[in-house]
This record gives sequence, C-alpha cells and structure tokens, in this order.
Amino acid sequence: MNTEDRWAGERLKETHFHPRQAVLNLRDAWSSWNGYKFADYYYDAEYEYFCVRNSCGTYDICPMQKYDVSGPDAEAMLNRMVTRNIANMMENRVTYVCWCTDEGRLIDDGTIFKLGPEKFMLTCGSPCLGWLKKSAFGFDDVTFTDMSDGIAALSIQGPTSCEVLKKLGLEGIETAKPYDIMHFPFHGSSGDTLMVSRTGFTGDLGYELWIAPELALDLWDALYASGEDYGIQPYGEAATNMARLEAGFIMPEMEFNEALKTVHFQHDQTPFELNLGWLVDFKKPHFNGRRALLQERDKGPEYTLTKLDIEGNKPAEKAYLYSNKRCTRKIGYITSAMWSPVVKANIALAMIKTEYLQGDIWAEIYYEKELRQTSKVAKCTIRKKPFWTPARARATPPHAY
Amino acid sequence: MKQYDAIIIGAGHNGLTNAAYLAKAGLDVVVVEKNEYIGGAAVSRELHSGFTYSSFSYVCSMMRQTIHRDLNLTRHGLLLVPYLGTVNFGDDGRTLVSYHSKEVAYNQLRRHSPHDADSMFRFQTDLTRYAQLIRKTLLRTPPDPTSFRPRDIREMLFLAKEFWALGEKELYEYIRFFTISAAEFLDDYFEDDLIKAAMASPGIIGTALGVYSPGSAYILLHHVMGDVDGNIGAWGLARGGMGAISNAIAGACQEHGGEIRTNAGVKQILVRDGKAVGVTLENGDELRAGIVVSNLDAKRTFTQIMDKNDLPPGIYDKAKNFKIRGSSGKVNIALSGLPKFTGVPDNRYIDRGGQGFVGSLETMERAYDCWKHGRWSDNPFIESVIPSAWDPTVAPPGKHWMSNFIQYCPSKLADGPWTPEKRDRFGQTVIDKIERYSPGFKDLIVHMEVLTPHEIEAGVGLTEGNIFQGELTIDQLLFNRPFPGYAQYRMPIKNMYMCGSSTHPGGGVSCACGANAAREILRDLKLPNTVPKDDCYDE
Ligand SMILES: Cc1cc2nc3c(=O)[nH]c(=O)nc-3n(C[C@H](O)[C@H](O)[C@H](O)COP(=O)(O)OP(=O)(O)OC[C@H]3O[C@@H](n4cnc5c(N)ncnc54)[C@H](O)[C@@H]3O)c2cc1C
Repeated sequence: MNTEDRWAGERLKETHFHPRQAVLNLRDAWSSWNGYKFADYYYDAEYEYFCVRNSCGTYDICPMQKYDVSGPDAEAMLNRMVTRNIANMMENRVTYVCWCTDEGRLIDDGTIFKLGPEKFMLTCGSPCLGWLKKSAFGFDDVTFTDMSDGIAALSIQGPTSCEVLKKLGLEGIETAKPYDIMHFPFHGSSGDTLMVSRTGFTGDLGYELWIAPELALDLWDALYASGEDYGIQPYGEAATNMARLEAGFIMPEMEFNEALKTVHFQHDQTPFELNLGWLVDFKKPHFNGRRALLQERDKGPEYTLTKLDIEGNKPAEKAYLYSNKRCTRKIGYITSAMWSPVVKANIALAMIKTEYLQGDIWAEIYYEKELRQTSKVAKCTIRKKPFWTPARARATPPHAY
Repeated sequence: MKQYDAIIIGAGHNGLTNAAYLAKAGLDVVVVEKNEYIGGAAVSRELHSGFTYSSFSYVCSMMRQTIHRDLNLTRHGLLLVPYLGTVNFGDDGRTLVSYHSKEVAYNQLRRHSPHDADSMFRFQTDLTRYAQLIRKTLLRTPPDPTSFRPRDIREMLFLAKEFWALGEKELYEYIRFFTISAAEFLDDYFEDDLIKAAMASPGIIGTALGVYSPGSAYILLHHVMGDVDGNIGAWGLARGGMGAISNAIAGACQEHGGEIRTNAGVKQILVRDGKAVGVTLENGDELRAGIVVSNLDAKRTFTQIMDKNDLPPGIYDKAKNFKIRGSSGKVNIALSGLPKFTGVPDNRYIDRGGQGFVGSLETMERAYDCWKHGRWSDNPFIESVIPSAWDPTVAPPGKHWMSNFIQYCPSKLADGPWTPEKRDRFGQTVIDKIERYSPGFKDLIVHMEVLTPHEIEAGVGLTEGNIFQGELTIDQLLFNRPFPGYAQYRMPIKNMYMCGSSTHPGGGVSCACGANAAREILRDLKLPNTVPKDDCYDE
C-alpha cells in the first residue's frame, strides 16, 4: 500500500512544541493560526484560564509572526512605520506598537524588540512582510527576514511563572522589569541561547521564551520539570481570550478589523478609536498616517473602545448598546464579552459613539435558555482601568505568588 | 460610654457579612469575636511552618457570587478557583473518577455501567431543576406562612409560582424529595453500587443521618445547589484557604468603617425592658448598641449568652431542643510529598481533584451505626481534597496538605468524655484508612491537626460541633429555621437579631444568612437596603 500522504500539502503545519502539546491535548481541540495547528484548549478552557491566574500556564506563540529587521536604516524605517517613537529605545527592551495606513487606519499591533543598535525583531499576529517592504520605501540599508518558522517561542504566564524560571536556572530573571529582555545559556550551551522577555498577553506576571527550534523540546521538558511543583499547564486560545479581555487587550477580528483586509469604507479603526492614542507620538517627525491622525485627534474619534461592567451575569456577546433603557437610540456595539471568574463581574469591551459616553448605556443582551431565545436589557457602567491588574504584574522582583 | 449602632457577636463569615452590609448602610458597627482569629469555621491557619490549613470548611460553592461582586471581594484579595473532579474509592478495589469534563466523565461511567452512564444525564437534570428552585430562595427572607402581611403573602406567592413552574409531576417528586433518603432517591437512577455510593456521599456530609435515613436526599441537594461561576454543583477552593473569604469580607467591612475586635468573647447579651441594649464581654467590659446581632448558633445564643429570665417563655426550650448534633470530624495533614493512590492514573487532571473514600452504601451505613452507638466509625467515610495540588500559596513547593472530612464522629462518646488520647486514636483510624488506599501515605506525614466535634465546638463554638449550626432537616429549614415563627432573623427580644447559619438558608460558606439578616435590620431601621438581589434568576 502506498503510505504517502496525498494531503500532506493541505494539512496544517505543526509547531516546534507540537509533539509535547499533542500528548496533552486530550480533547483534540485544535484550531489554526497562520497555517499552524493550534490548540483551542487542552482539557478544559476554564481550568487552563485559572492556571494563568492561580499558578502558571504556557502558550505556544510559534505561529505568531516574527521578523528580523536589520541594517543601518532599520530604526529609522520602523520609526516611520509605527506611530510610537522608538528612537529612544534601549537595547534589550520591548515596546508595544501599532501601525497605520496613510489614512490613519490601524493595520495591526505588535511588539518591537531592540536586540542591537541596528537589529530589531517585530512580532505581530498576522503576516506583514508585504507592508514592511512597502514601508521601507526610500530606505536602502534595511533587510527583513521572516523568522516565523525559525524561532520557537513559548509564553509562560501566571503568578508562579518567575519561580519556575528561577528553578529552570535563569539566574537573575527576577530582576527583569516589564518589557526587559534577558539572555541566558541553556542546556550546557555557552552564550545566549535562550532569550527571555518579560512580556505577554494576559495582564498578569509573565514571560516569553525564544529559542532555536532544535532546542524547543529540550526547553519544554526542562520547563515542565521545573514547573511540576508550581502548577504548570498548557493553555490555548480560549483561555488566552479570557485573560486578555480581563486585561483590556484588543484582538483582531474582535475589537479591530485590520485596515488592509477591510472592504467597507471606515469599517476599520483608528488608534484613537481603540483607545491607543497613547501609542501615537506627534512629537516625532513624519510617520505613516500622521496627517490623518492629527485630524482625528483634533476632531475626536467617532467611536471609542470602552470597558464595561454590565449588571447581571449574562455575557453581552454581540449585543447592541443604547442610550436609553427602551433601546430606541443605538449608540454602539459590544466587541468582546464574558463573565470574569476572577473579578466576578460581567465584563465587556465595546465600541461606543464618543458623544454618548457621558450618558446612560444599556445593553440588549440575547441569550438562549434550552433553545428558547430570550433577551434582557442591562445597565452598563464604564470602567477606566483594566478589569484585572494584579500588583505582581508590575512589581520587580515580582513577590513570590 | 460609646454607643454603637450595632454589635455583631462572632466574626464568622456570616457575622462579617452582616457587619459589612450594616456598615455600608452607614451604621457604626463593631464585631466582637472570642477567638484571636476571625472567620469562625471559614478560616486559614498556619499551624505548622509553611503549611496553611483550612482548618474547618475547606471547599466553597454556596458562596453567593452576587455578594462577592457587590462587596468587591476580589479587590480585598479573594480568588475562588474551581478544582477538578473527585476520585471515589470502592471497597471492591474499583475507582470512579468524577471528571471535570463531561465527555470524559461519560466514557468513564460507561466503563462501570452503560445504564448508569445514561441515567446520569437524567439525574443531573433533575438535581439541577431542584437546585435551581432552592438557589432562588438563598438570598431571600423566608415568608411567615401564618402571616397576612402583604410582604409575607407576596413571598409565599413567589414560592408558589416557582413550585408550580416545575409542573405537576415534578412538584410531587419535589415534595417527596424533602423526606426521602439519599439511597432511595438514587435507586431510581442507578444500578452500580459504587456510583450510588459516590453520588450519595454529599447526602451525609455534616449530618447525623445515614444514606438510608429519610431527609438525607435534601442534604445531598444542599451540597450540589451551589456553583462556581455559574457551573451548578461545582466546588472551588479559595486561594490561600477558606480564611481568604473571611478576610476579604472583613476588608470590605473595614473599608466601610466597621470595627472588628478579636479576643473579645461575649459573656452575655444585655437586655433592658425587653430590649437588647448591648453585651458584656468575658473580660468584664460592657458595650452598648441600638442593635445586637448574634452570629452564634441558636442553641448557644439562647442557652449560653442570654439570661433565661430575659427570654419569653418557650424560647429557651425551643433552643435547648434545637437539633444540632455533632457527627463530623476533620483531620488536616501536612505531607512531605503528593500521595499516590492505588488504581489512580498518575496525571494532573486527577491528582488535582479530591478523594472520596466511599466504599459502598453499606459501608457508609455501617459507619453511621457506629455514631448511633456513641463511637466514631471504625471504617469511616472520608471526603478529602489536597488544596496544595492547586493552590501554590498553602504549602511549600513540592509539599502538600490534605484536608480530610470524616463521617461519622459523635460529640458524645458512649464510654465517657473525649480525651486527647481518644482524639488521637480517632486520627489514627483516619490515617489507617487512607494508608489502605495509598501505601506509604503515613511516611509522608509531617504534621496533623485532628478535630473531633469536641475540638470543633471548643474552637469555633459550633454547638456539639455541628457544622451547619443546626441540622438541615425539613423541620429546621426555610420558615422553620431556626424555629417556626422566627425565620425572619428577628428574635423574640426587641432589637436582637440572628445572622449565623442557624438561620435560613443554613450551613455552608454562603454569606447568605448574614446578608439576609442585614436586609431585615435595615428594613426595621427604615434605612435604604444595601444588600443586592441575587443574580441567579435568569438561569
Ligand atoms: C469541619 C467543618 C467542615 C466544613 N466544611 C465546609 C465546606 O467544605 N464548605 C462549606 O461551604 N461549609 C463547610 N462547613 C460549614 C461552614 O463552615 C459553616 O456553616 C459556616 O462557616 C458557618 O459560618 P457562620 O458565620 O454562620 O458561623 P461560625 O463560623 O460558626 O461563626 C461563629 C463565630 O462566633 C464566634 N463565637 C462563638 N461564641 C462566641 C462568643 N461567646 N463571643 C464572641 N464570639 C463567639 C466563633 O468563634 C465564630 O467565629 C464546615 C464546617 C465545619 C465545622
């Protein structure tokens, strides 16, 4: 019998950590991300979410896009592409950025790692090599290398994460401040085999580990051995989505529609609409979208992404928002919603017409009770701060869980 | 002398909840607690360096989410974490794992009995239906069925409506349900004895009833009607131990200006002209207040810290005869490693749940026989959980502590009073039993706290060590709790109230008794209500 897989080309790719994760994915709950097979959850999404809040969990970020941006023009080129000023970035620091079209519409958000005077790494959720090349117009001395498949990356998040890394032998890791990068030898290797950044997408204490693919499984095994007594557990997309919403972080296709993939006029967003005005630095020289964003700043965004605490316990998924209880004046819509198990609140992110932010906000929530559709109208209260902000996420050294 | 608005006697979680809501309404409140620690039966204690026991209550499910949210308990440090399923051990060497995941649980039940795997769906559905009805009463004051006040009539109508919504057949079933035994109830669903035993075990926890005693079916319901984040029947751990709950409520109470005094046992409630006016403390101090609220059980309140002559006739006897029988022990064990159990796969989804040493229905009933004869069970039912397998804050890394709840252990022994020596023999019985399922277990032990009803009463002042502050039988439930005619938190003495688990909805860490009592007090004071409505109505 011919055992050749006729569908080899159609199957999803497996990440560098797949062999270990596949064993633990008892429910075969896979989805996909950028062509990779990617766990939605492993056993129970809520359990995994609680590991992130109570002990620690690992999240496979191999499918995330990673680009090496190098050369004498690298910094200037990136600085013209993104809205934040990265000219003063120190080496071995990470910064959160976003980039826009000339019309000031958000293309994507991501992080920039400064690894040397002329060496950067840009990470983001969706492929953006095309946009990088376009953005390099006029800069001759910059190269882009897509490292997405060539780096194994694993996020470890949660209150015990620092202890686990200490136990792994990463000396001094507790001195890493948020957004710091440190380098460590690994597995007897000399030099800087393992890169660790104090970053993540959960709003909690956490780190991201970056290593060569051939060491991925060794790293996994060592990490899980160290984490055994600290409640380590892999978590997938479902738990991530819960944690990030509590932290108030935005997701593509939830809070924003990437500008380059948006068909309808202005169905994409500006950074101001997404409450990312703090990422836009008008003090720096020209950058992509500057003129449009200046205008937007002055006239104010039409919509504003808002954090809501909603009465009752029914998640307001996909709900419309109104300025009156009778639900006759529509003022916005919910982008993400959930019951938050740690905060014990019915939370949501919503796009609301800016002019209505001062008044009452009501959500018309649809839900199902044993197949029967029901709805209720619930009062919403605006929250200024993220729903979950534990002190340990900012403390250096992070006090022991 | 300073005049408080309200004195709350006892810093159990209900007393603290009561105080928090009164303080939130602007009252000047003081909580006086006899122990050096607060929390009563919801407490975390480090009795051996590095190990934090939940000495008494150990898991949480009845806790009203509405109150957690309303009092901002998360901000005051509370994190409730659901834990994974329980492994039940049968006498015949079989194990039954109640997996956290539905599909996995189904496959596992089928390995024992395809019939029962199927019946489990009907069982869960029926229980959920019953639970949903009871849940709706938790944060409400029971109506007085003999009263014609509009409020009582409204509340009776509310109950009637909820009952009628069950449909005629279920209504009959439900009424029957209150009076039957757990074993009878389960016979209608299951064939397999281990499955029955596992499902029956919540029916005997904390009660002086056996699996075959009428009334144990309701106790079963009482233990599955709670939820964690809306998952009815799920149980969770409080990060840092059960004391985290009490401490968070205390934080909320203090945030609103409430005062909490420890080492301040109350000797007597002061009554003048038929009105409660304050308390005298053990140390002789006197405190005055417009209102006195007791967090103590009904028996203790009326027979120990009140003068019989201050009470209207009949109440003293009612209190004396209040059914509050001790039947449970608790053994907390610090371990140098995670115990391994025979016949249980070594994996994180099972290691991080609980253990139920159920044996069989017969074994559980025999254990009850011992209680009747004034002995502790020689082969007891033990419900265990290893909180440190989940909570990184309660034991050093790699080390653990195991909470063991034991049925049965009487408060009065046939052969004379409890002694430290008898207590230790009771502890030995427990670890002998665990060792049978976990060879090498004893070698892991580094410290033990053994609590018989005697220690439970001495520690938190639960009369006879009854964990619920009074049996949860129909004669002591809803409008009968603690006594018929006194179910609305007001006591026969003016300006005196009760807020502990002796009142509706009864025992368990729920905050409901304390919150309900606060609502009634504020009503009497004609102050705006600070207690929220429960959020379970649109389930
Ligand atoms: C061993 C055990 C295990 C349990 N397990 C669970 C469980 O896992 N889950 C669950 O939900 N429930 C459990 N329970 C039940 C639950 O803990 C109780 O129902 C609940 O904690 C009672 O709270 P309370 O505030 O009503 O009263 P208590 O906690 O009894 O508080 C009464 C307070 O009054 C104080 N006091 C007594 N006398 C005086 C005095 N004279 N002066 C001043 N203060 C005084 C006491 O010290 C105490 O602090 C358990 C109980 C026990 C005993």
